[in-house]
Amino acid sequence: MAEELTARAPSLNGGPRIGVYVCHCGLNIAGTVDVQAVVEFARTLPNVTVAREYRFMCSDPGQELIEQDLREGLVNRVVVASCSPLMHEATFRRATAEGGTSPYLFQMASIRELVSWVTADPEDATEKAKAHVAAAVRRVALHEYLEPREAPVHPDVLVVGGGIAGIHAALTLADAGKHVYLVERESTIGGHMAMFDKTFPTLDCAACILTPKMSAVRAHPNITLWTYSDVVEVSGYTGDFTVRVRHRPRYVREDLCTGCLACIDACVHKQGKVPDEFNLGLSKRKPVYIPFPQATPPVVVVDPESCIWFKTGKCPQTCVEACERDAFDFTQTETFDEVKVGAIILATGFRTFDPRRIPEYGYGRYPNVYTSLEVERLLNAAGPTAGEIVLRDGSRPTAIGIIHCVGSRDVRFHAYCSRVCCMYSLKLAHMLRERTGAEIYNFYIDIRAPGKGYEEFYDKILREGVHLIRGRVAEVTDEAATPEEEGHLVIRAEDTLLGMARRIPVDMVVLAVGLEPQPDTEDVRRLFNISCGGEGFFTERHPKLAPVSTFTDGVFLAGACQGPKDIPDTVAQAGAAAAEALAMIDRGAVALEANTAHIDEERCSGCKTCVGLCPFSAITFDEERQKARVNEVVCKGCGICVAACPSGAAQQHLFTDEQILAEIEGVLAYV
Amino acid sequence: MTTMPASADTHTYPYYPGCSADGVGRGFAGSLHAVFERLGFPLVDLVDWNCCGATAWPSVDDSQALALGARNLALAERARPGSEPVDLVASCAGCYRALLRSAEALARGPTRSRLAGALEAVGLAVEGRARPRHPVDVLVNDVGLDRIRAAVVRPLTGVRVVSYYGCQLVRPLSTFDDEHDPVSMDRLVEAIGAEPVDWPLKTRCCGGSCYCGGPVIGAMPEATMQLSYLLLREASRRGADVIATVCPLCQFNLEGFQDQMARRFGHPLDVPVAFLTQLIGIALGIDDRRLGLHRLLRWRPLPIRTVEPEAAGHARR
Repeated sequence: MAEELTARAPSLNGGPRIGVYVCHCGLNIAGTVDVQAVVEFARTLPNVTVAREYRFMCSDPGQELIEQDLREGLVNRVVVASCSPLMHEATFRRATAEGGTSPYLFQMASIRELVSWVTADPEDATEKAKAHVAAAVRRVALHEYLEPREAPVHPDVLVVGGGIAGIHAALTLADAGKHVYLVERESTIGGHMAMFDKTFPTLDCAACILTPKMSAVRAHPNITLWTYSDVVEVSGYTGDFTVRVRHRPRYVREDLCTGCLACIDACVHKQGKVPDEFNLGLSKRKPVYIPFPQATPPVVVVDPESCIWFKTGKCPQTCVEACERDAFDFTQTETFDEVKVGAIILATGFRTFDPRRIPEYGYGRYPNVYTSLEVERLLNAAGPTAGEIVLRDGSRPTAIGIIHCVGSRDVRFHAYCSRVCCMYSLKLAHMLRERTGAEIYNFYIDIRAPGKGYEEFYDKILREGVHLIRGRVAEVTDEAATPEEEGHLVIRAEDTLLGMARRIPVDMVVLAVGLEPQPDTEDVRRLFNISCGGEGFFTERHPKLAPVSTFTDGVFLAGACQGPKDIPDTVAQAGAAAAEALAMIDRGAVALEANTAHIDEERCSGCKTCVGLCPFSAITFDEERQKARVNEVVCKGCGICVAACPSGAAQQHLFTDEQILAEIEGVLAYV
Repeated sequence: MTTMPASADTHTYPYYPGCSADGVGRGFAGSLHAVFERLGFPLVDLVDWNCCGATAWPSVDDSQALALGARNLALAERARPGSEPVDLVASCAGCYRALLRSAEALARGPTRSRLAGALEAVGLAVEGRARPRHPVDVLVNDVGLDRIRAAVVRPLTGVRVVSYYGCQLVRPLSTFDDEHDPVSMDRLVEAIGAEPVDWPLKTRCCGGSCYCGGPVIGAMPEATMQLSYLLLREASRRGADVIATVCPLCQFNLEGFQDQMARRFGHPLDVPVAFLTQLIGIALGIDDRRLGLHRLLRWRPLPIRTVEPEAAGHARR
């Protein structure tokens, strides 16, 4: 059978002459597999004319071995036994092409990931490696001579999420002359950073460094900014995505509103009525509102849930009267846009841990227990208290406890470190001490300050007289053990440096809540066809070498949607994602896989099973000839038609039945 | 949690009294029977029950301790043949936890075949139908607050009740309420017209597990006294008219030694400590003797207000 199949393979310079190259990968492979034995075995296989070993096949000299053998005509097909296709298939295909033939006359045998890393016994490993080589040799003998294909790349880019990551990525791309669609779910861009007061370790005012970038986004001719909008549908593939975006009605025309805010003053509600989301419920807003003074775009929003007009149909509409530009339009409905883009950058950010899940810390039970994000709002001059630290009960604190690692480094919730909490807790300690003169107690497990200027900042805070107590807090209680504790919240913790239990009475508790994935991460993951790790953050293609790419070509990651990150790291990653997208666009074309499907017309019965199944509408039906036909430019090589075809007429390049059977036979014949 | 039986008004529950029912817990057992009967869910004592396996036994031989509990579960299943789950009501928090432990061990513990063998040797078997339930769980989730509210004839208006859940009611195997901040007892207190007082020590240890025979003569008198004292002091500070408990050990421990503690810590203490079922019984109009109020050491009539004054200024959650 095997000989018969080999005979059917396309003849290239007088039949297959296969070169087998076995990689040591340092000791990764050679430490377990007897490479010499595998090479000697390969020499005995049919059609193998050359078998060599080399310490690192992926190195230049290693690749040169392949190219030279091809050029000299010693071989016309290549098998490399090394790591995995994910790692180096592209490398060796390129080497094969450099040698002057089709890059697809190559097959990889994975003897590292599938053998040496997972097989402890050297003899077993060596035998297993031989089987993989035998399979690859049989298979590559049947490979066709295929030309590489390319598809053009649409030059526009979609950026999802308008926090600092999305803003920075969009501006980088736009400055490079690319058109960017920036889609933000909220009514303004700015994300979490817009809520902060100061940023560590430099204590820059967050708004002062963020708002110029927000204005730049709005003013940039290359950026289409869509706020109050979300992506509802994504189709196509790298270089050629079609994206459908929904715009929610804000009942105010964005093109007319100038952000004068006269309508807010004129609203029939003289005071705020509903909890202000941007201030995390620490203040109230009116039904017509703008999240914060520098909101971008500076366009007000009407909340139909609380607006009297929407609820009862009876309102004098003083807001409409006050608007000099006639910008109100209560008849607005959802609208949609559909755009083509070549690349997508996801910058959907994070949410903070809900400390109600740790009842012993008393959040939601004791009014003077706050989350760190709430304290950012209290400290912010544009916040609910204009920057004054006034507690929910109207008092001013003289002692404040800051509890680190709330929801992080806790196997009950998130085992990981959220990376930013130590530093922002130290920043809050500094700010609160500066504003109130209160005694500040930070309760920590370890202080993690591994950034530029971070350790120095920690040192500075220590010198300022902030108390640092090493120990995870057991509980926050209002049970007073001594008269001094009465009327205070008491933080109970074991001080692991003193080796004793402590009770610290305070007036205010700040919970340094960790970062976790957005609640709709799973929907977003599905929408963009990417993957999430166990904790729910989006998975990068490689944790070290491809940190902004995903397993879906053309979709890149930026910021905390990939994992907890501070602002410097987020901006760096956003720049990297923009650069990756730019590289792709400026190349102008993306390489397409050669594994497209085609129809053997002699076998096609015209049943049309494949036509409806194709997710890319690549199959048409020729009514005249009563045969299906695959448009190989559109085909993505998913293989659905091949599996579904009842007569075996649909076949796929690089995955023909003969090739797959030969590979299986290779393994079995050896074993 | 539990499906209500079709004829709810005549549903009876098998009841595991435990050793305290004839001793320090007589007031609990009596008031529990009276209240459940009044609400239309009479409790039927398990015939031939034995020790639950709590006490010191687990530290001597854990599988023997588990086997003791398992036998009670098997008896409950035998008393209620069929395929329906059997809710075995256990009122002492120690028994409740011990029976939960046995049920867990029978379901998935490493010694489950040994336990089954021990039962088989005495002609018993467990199908896994028996589920230990605490009366607080049954009252809130099966009987229901509406039914209780409707049965109240004498609302305890204005009575400030601090609910002490104790350490074993909501953990480690119990799932009907939050282990750090449970609310079931407070909801029952509210249902009988009294005022639940929030406090942070709902599940803090009373010291009952540190001793056998009382805090003064027990193994660790200092630690025990300190733990109980903290609870009593905090409840007094919050203006409790009465502390409600649902465990005989907690009740005895908190009520019985207040004078010693007052002397030891130099802080006057005089807080009545009753079983929650006694308070419910009062609201349902059940006779004081039947409720066993005469067995309490510090009992005094509750300060029930006849008219709710406007804007009662107590801080509530």
